[in-house]
Amino acid sequence: MSDPSTASIVSTPPSTNPNEVGAPTDAGLPGNARKEKPRGLLGDAWRDLRRKPLFWISAFFILIFVVMAAFPSLFTSGDAVNGTLANSRVGPSGDAWFGYDVQGRDVFARTIYGARASIVVALLSVMGTLLIGGTLGIIAGYRGGWVDALLSRFADIFFGLPFVLGAIVILTTFNGADSSNSEWQIMALVIMSLSVLGWPVVMRLMRSSVLATKEADYIVAARALGAGTGRIILKHLLPNCLAPLLVYGTILVGSFIGAEATLSFLGIGLKTPVVSWGIMISEAQNYIRVSPYLLFFPAAFLVTAVLSFVMLGETVREALDPKLR
Amino acid sequence: MSDILVSEQSATGADGSGRPSGRLLEVEDLRVEFRTRDGVAKVINGVTYHVDAGETLAVLGESGSGKSVTAQTIMGILDTPPGFVTGGQVRFHGKDMLKMSAEERRRIRGEGIAMIFQDALSALNPVFTVGFQIAEQFRVRRGMSRADAKKRAIEMLDQVKIPNAKGRYSNYPHQFSGGMRQRAMIAMSLALDPEVLIADEPTTALDVTVQAQIMDLLAELQRERRMGLILITHDLGVVADVADRIAVMYAGRIVEEANVYDLYAKPAHPYTLGLLDSIPRMDEKGQQLRTIKGLPPNLMNIPPGCPFNPRCPMAQPVCREKLPPLLQIGSGRASACHFAEELVNRD
Amino acid sequence: MGRYLLRRLLQLVPVFIGTTFLIYWLVWSVPGDPFAGKCGDRRCPDVYINMMTEKYQLDQPIWVQYATYMKNLFQGDFGTTFNNREVSDIIATAYPNTLKLAVVALSIEAIIGLTAGVLTGLRRNGFLDNLVLVSSLFLIALPVFVVGFVLQWLFGVTWQIVTPTVSSEMRFTELIIPGFVLGSASTAYVARVARTSIAENRRADYVRTAIAKGLPMRRVVGVHLLRNSLIPVVTLLGTDLGALMGGAIITEGIFGINGIGREALRAIVTKQSSTVVSIVVVLVLVYLFMNLLVDLLYAALDPRIRYE
Repeated sequence: MSDPSTASIVSTPPSTNPNEVGAPTDAGLPGNARKEKPRGLLGDAWRDLRRKPLFWISAFFILIFVVMAAFPSLFTSGDAVNGTLANSRVGPSGDAWFGYDVQGRDVFARTIYGARASIVVALLSVMGTLLIGGTLGIIAGYRGGWVDALLSRFADIFFGLPFVLGAIVILTTFNGADSSNSEWQIMALVIMSLSVLGWPVVMRLMRSSVLATKEADYIVAARALGAGTGRIILKHLLPNCLAPLLVYGTILVGSFIGAEATLSFLGIGLKTPVVSWGIMISEAQNYIRVSPYLLFFPAAFLVTAVLSFVMLGETVREALDPKLR
Repeated sequence: MSDILVSEQSATGADGSGRPSGRLLEVEDLRVEFRTRDGVAKVINGVTYHVDAGETLAVLGESGSGKSVTAQTIMGILDTPPGFVTGGQVRFHGKDMLKMSAEERRRIRGEGIAMIFQDALSALNPVFTVGFQIAEQFRVRRGMSRADAKKRAIEMLDQVKIPNAKGRYSNYPHQFSGGMRQRAMIAMSLALDPEVLIADEPTTALDVTVQAQIMDLLAELQRERRMGLILITHDLGVVADVADRIAVMYAGRIVEEANVYDLYAKPAHPYTLGLLDSIPRMDEKGQQLRTIKGLPPNLMNIPPGCPFNPRCPMAQPVCREKLPPLLQIGSGRASACHFAEELVNRD
Repeated sequence: MGRYLLRRLLQLVPVFIGTTFLIYWLVWSVPGDPFAGKCGDRRCPDVYINMMTEKYQLDQPIWVQYATYMKNLFQGDFGTTFNNREVSDIIATAYPNTLKLAVVALSIEAIIGLTAGVLTGLRRNGFLDNLVLVSSLFLIALPVFVVGFVLQWLFGVTWQIVTPTVSSEMRFTELIIPGFVLGSASTAYVARVARTSIAENRRADYVRTAIAKGLPMRRVVGVHLLRNSLIPVVTLLGTDLGALMGGAIITEGIFGINGIGREALRAIVTKQSSTVVSIVVVLVLVYLFMNLLVDLLYAALDPRIRYE
């Protein structure tokens, strides 16, 4: 999978570096003795985040989608799985806000229930990716030497696999000619393939974080005081290397929602009777001209969900980046 | 207001004849502020100095005193925003540059006034050879052919005493040592034969022995070309050898101006006195180092009266109330202290 | 420089072997009947099974199989499909189409991305800046097929400016929309990287020196600033070409281009494993090779890298 650039897209770099010539310095004069309580990076980040409307907007949408995924019946009483052919391709109306699809199923209900599959798959895949990539990254970064070389080459192998092709190969291999896999098995397969293809980027991210913090003085101090490797990793390294990971993970949820949709669109991801936005879009592609709403509604939900996660990740990344202060 | 009149007086400098100056380069009552999100910092508060052909003016001050910002304003490379010129003039051959068009100002750069910077490694473009960057001046500003420009560039490298100039032409900045790099930058700045060279902390990043070599080179080049040299530094040791006159800056204003001998022998401002005192001396081994206590003022909130008063060992109530103007106190000397005369006359 | 090149080549070999072996293993050796589904939905004819088993030594351990396969590959034998087409033929006809599409996509993303990035990097916080920021956000976040459908629907169906699908001659003008779709996310990345790079370099010391030298702004920006700022952008574009070719499956599907992605998809759906493996091998090879080229390019552009 490709490596997103580290440049932030949500706002502009600052127009001034206040530490250059002419910077006002704090003096020991009585008038200037009002010092602000030192707040630390997280505190500053939260203060910044609070002020950004983009943060609140994306958080709001994410909350809605999560609730939708967990309790779909709160949003609709329709049936997402069964329909009557008599209703085939009936447009939106007062009864069915989003109309009916080819098999007469309520599109609104399907869109709401679709949130569950899409978001659950994305979330679990991201967790898998972070776990695998994070662990390997810590090991590679902390141990260094031939362990690092080996793990990095291993990651390179997976880097070389084009994402879509790799996913297709994995899924067709394990989904096989006999599509007798259960709903859960299919989902698990998709989750597994996304994790397998996504972990190299996370590993590199974690590894460079670890490499940067490994030589820090407080790590050396901890070692001098007799702390063992495990303790050092858990208590000292992790908290400092976690931030970029969490930011990337948030953005990755957005990407994976899109990726699941892509796989379903190709016909190798989730399949009926599972309901997901990707499946709905895939089913709608032949009817774009006659019933565009079949494509429009799930696509709109998909796009909003993806954007919310990506924007949230970007705003958090910006807030945490001390260089943009 | 009286502040300005007095500065004009001292601007006529050594001869005190009151004639309007036909000086080479002159800064008069310059005022610059930095407008930031957190407030407005008054970085330059009425600076006046000048330099003539063949003479070296050293501008001395600590970080934040405004010495580099003044130089940048002269060159016209001040970051705007956040920097804004709010008053004063910068006259080159009598014409105020602040009122010139951008194009006129640009033409003066390199040809009339040139500048070299502290860190040659970051000041030179890392992806072009040193030779290219020197030859560029000849090609772009003088319209020379590539071959001619290369020849002239190699001559410049020779002039700054870089061995094997021909070979070094095609080297990149990171392939030079610190001292050689600084020489290359000097070569680049002198390519178009400027009349004034501003050197902003040219030796601060270099070893002591290399420092001496570079200062010697600058002195020699200045002599040969009869250039005016403005040397910006915080290092009193560097200044003593090279400068003709010294202007001491603090909190964005000139607090003392004198020729080098007078300044070192009998400083007329407590700040200068403190600076000179803080130089460790061989005959004082084993004693405690002397410092100027306190910190420079917050330029967003300069206290009333003399900006140095919180740190001044001789501060009196008047110092906290009235801003001392820069007054002449003798031939070719000026000081901005209420007690300048007392200071000079004490033994 | 030569040593650097050699080192990179040596690193490439194990990765190439690793990736191709992984693919081979996945396709041929997952436990179970290796011919399950290889001949479509019918059971494979015995003739075929015997021929394939002998040719690829399928009764041998996996690494022998793989070695044989690779040996054949480097002699030009990419295998055959089950109705006896040479895979190398398939690749030879389809690959140029994908290459054309990828080059168009790369050009579009370079032109749009660079222009947007340079303009907004030089002049921040304007209307253009916000426009670029928002649109790049959209382009990155939207899956390719959504962008593809929307644009196909807009330009091909509603406004009818172009034909919804691409004809077999693949004229350049027809490839503009598909090219844009293929490169949509990359365009956004190029714009972002260019913007940040330029905005950071604007404040650099060497830019200040160039201005202090009295050079015209045109030259300060066009020569000094750009030459430095574009290094990360150029290397990004370089790696992208390799990635574009691997990712064209969806775009080719939507716009009806007979490229290698479409062949791969067709082979997967009709369960032609040898085709799939061969195509992936070719793509991986190209990708690794492009990565090597980009490393060289980077060294050529940045003299500081060269002399290590």
